[in-house]
Amino acid sequence: MSSRSLKAIATLLGLASLLLASRSARAQGNYFVTYTHHMEEPGNLEFATKSVTGFPQAGNAFWGNAIELEYGVKTWWTSEFYLDSQTTANESSVFTGFRFENRFRPLLQEHWINPVLYAEFEDINSADKALLEVVGHDGVADFLERNDRSEKKREVELKLILSSNFKGWNIAENMIAEKNIAGEPWEFGYALAVSRPLSLVASANACRFCRENFTLGAELYGGLGDRYSFGLHDTSHYLAPTMAFHMPSGPTFSVSPAAGLNSNSHGFLLRFGVSYEINQFVSRLRGK
Amino acid sequence: MTNAKKLILLLSLIVSLMFSSALLFGAVGDGLWMTKVPEKDRARQNPFDSEAGAVAAGGKLFRQNCSSCHGSDATGLSNHPSLHTERVRAASPGELEWLLKNGSMKNGMPSWSRLPEQQRWQIVSYLKSFQ
Repeated sequence: MSSRSLKAIATLLGLASLLLASRSARAQGNYFVTYTHHMEEPGNLEFATKSVTGFPQAGNAFWGNAIELEYGVKTWWTSEFYLDSQTTANESSVFTGFRFENRFRPLLQEHWINPVLYAEFEDINSADKALLEVVGHDGVADFLERNDRSEKKREVELKLILSSNFKGWNIAENMIAEKNIAGEPWEFGYALAVSRPLSLVASANACRFCRENFTLGAELYGGLGDRYSFGLHDTSHYLAPTMAFHMPSGPTFSVSPAAGLNSNSHGFLLRFGVSYEINQFVSRLRGK
Repeated sequence: MTNAKKLILLLSLIVSLMFSSALLFGAVGDGLWMTKVPEKDRARQNPFDSEAGAVAAGGKLFRQNCSSCHGSDATGLSNHPSLHTERVRAASPGELEWLLKNGSMKNGMPSWSRLPEQQRWQIVSYLKSFQ
């Protein structure tokens, strides 16, 4: 697949997301990297795809993708399974592995700041380009490795998610620690995000494109080095406005153009996502 | 330590985290959500009481967010309760808004803090229209 084709597909998907992009303000669906304290409702199953395209100057354009299955086990426990893949122009399309994560909300009432504990196991290879987080010294150079030279990685990732809702705004901070269990040091990263629906009040009319169905926001995320070289040196960082459209009783579409903030970052990334929730999935299976 | 042992150790850590969280959750909450509502929240009035479209807007929000568990007519589905009950009728608007914001997580009712406060009040308007 050529770089031009990838750009065309990315542009079309981005436009489709914008055009089709909102129902209730699902803050999780508003962001691509940052997690909030909002958990999946128990019994609900969400299908989602998160894609990212990039066009590194020294390498081939790519399209990373993660297919996500999210299930609300309890009100305080959400479980997710990801399947990652990517296509790199002039190279190949490859399946890059899976991720399994669990999020736990230890405080059962709403507070000024709401913590969530996150634990994930990843079995992916170094060709993965889903960019679901940025940690350590991740940078644009990692994306120049050829698909056929990728290495297997098994990693564990822990996050402390802190999130607040204030006057219609959602503010979320994630602190990330990731370790390749093959003996590499712990790597660290961060993600910050803020978002707000266009309207805090719902209109009385049934309308697909009501203002309350659109949410605008921004994300800031990047690496913080590793155990032996903690800090901003040789790390990459991104600032990304986000937009989500929650179609009433339908899917959520989201798009986020990200700008790299230093020379170690991609200059530009375009993210787009679609998610759809099946309410009370298990009850439906049982025919209740 | 071999990689396999490290993997087992890390998976054990994750499982321990899950179970310790579960124990923590088990110790929280008594299921009687109304007794937990602070007085200042209980006394709050619905700012949408005098707005003509609040019930219709709340009904729309209810169908979008709540009907999968409580039914489109709020009479309950499966093991999820009906909202046409004396408890809901007797609850103050402030108590209902507090419940929507905080949920009753031990009993399976999620928090709807993701909805702006104004929209939670609109849902309260709809629930109170049952009376």
